[in-house]
Amino acid sequence: MQAVFFYLFATIMIASAGVVIFARNPVHSVLFLILAFCNGAGLFLLAGAEFLAMILIVVYVGAVAVLFLFVVMMLDVDFAELKQGFIKYLPIGAAVGVVVLAELGMVAIGWRSAPSASEAVANPIIPQMSNTAALGQILYTKYVIFFQASALVLLTAMIGAIVLTLHHKPNIKRQKIEEQNARTRENVIEIKKVPFRTGV
Amino acid sequence: MLTIGLTHYLVVAAILFTLGVAGIILNRKNIIVILMSVELILLSVNLNFVAFSQSLGDLTGQVFALFVLTVAAAEAAIGLAILVAFYRNRGTIAVEDINSLKG
Repeated sequence: MQAVFFYLFATIMIASAGVVIFARNPVHSVLFLILAFCNGAGLFLLAGAEFLAMILIVVYVGAVAVLFLFVVMMLDVDFAELKQGFIKYLPIGAAVGVVVLAELGMVAIGWRSAPSASEAVANPIIPQMSNTAALGQILYTKYVIFFQASALVLLTAMIGAIVLTLHHKPNIKRQKIEEQNARTRENVIEIKKVPFRTGV
Repeated sequence: MLTIGLTHYLVVAAILFTLGVAGIILNRKNIIVILMSVELILLSVNLNFVAFSQSLGDLTGQVFALFVLTVAAAEAAIGLAILVAFYRNRGTIAVEDINSLKG
């Protein structure tokens, strides 16, 4: 049963990854990227990493892929023009792909782990504990510095993204609260003597 | 064939990594698809981490995969923000037009 689901998830993930790079329309690329991430989450589940699978769904499908979709739809770009060099790059892309795949395939099939690898386990998986609880137990104790550092990375990214994309258009009337609060009766109200029957 | 071991995961991750690298080369002009290919590569790396974590019975791989996810999310956000800012200034996102720093 596990094998059936493994092959199902792996096939769909690789097929949709292929569509991501070959699709003519970037919106289709993003949608198939979402499909690839969902199936990757399935593979994570099969490998026993439930928390990471959920994070993949929440963070990637929920935030990053939607961000991609948003940017693709917001930018008014002629994507057909961007696709032009595709045929030109196809031979070199295929060549590099074949070389990388051959190398990685040789490693993936021919490798064997060191005899002492099983003794070097730093955080053994405890079967009685749920994956999330076990991760939390080491993430907040042993790796708390790295956890905080990754939070800083996210904070930097958030501030950077806001600073990069925030811009104030000129010629737009805005409410200036400090100027409004600084108004006093003396410098705002002017009392004029209006002459009788002539107006201002 | 029917018992799924570490090698199966490694082969799947290798294929996914290759697709990501090929995607970067094939879509040289379209920086959005390049960013998506980078995401695919990072997904394959995470798959390797999780597979080894399960195979060795060590939770450290999953912790590292979590940090890789964090950095990937930050990278996507910053990359897309730069892209939007660039498009606003120049009206194009073609990679070969991004050469203002050439001097």
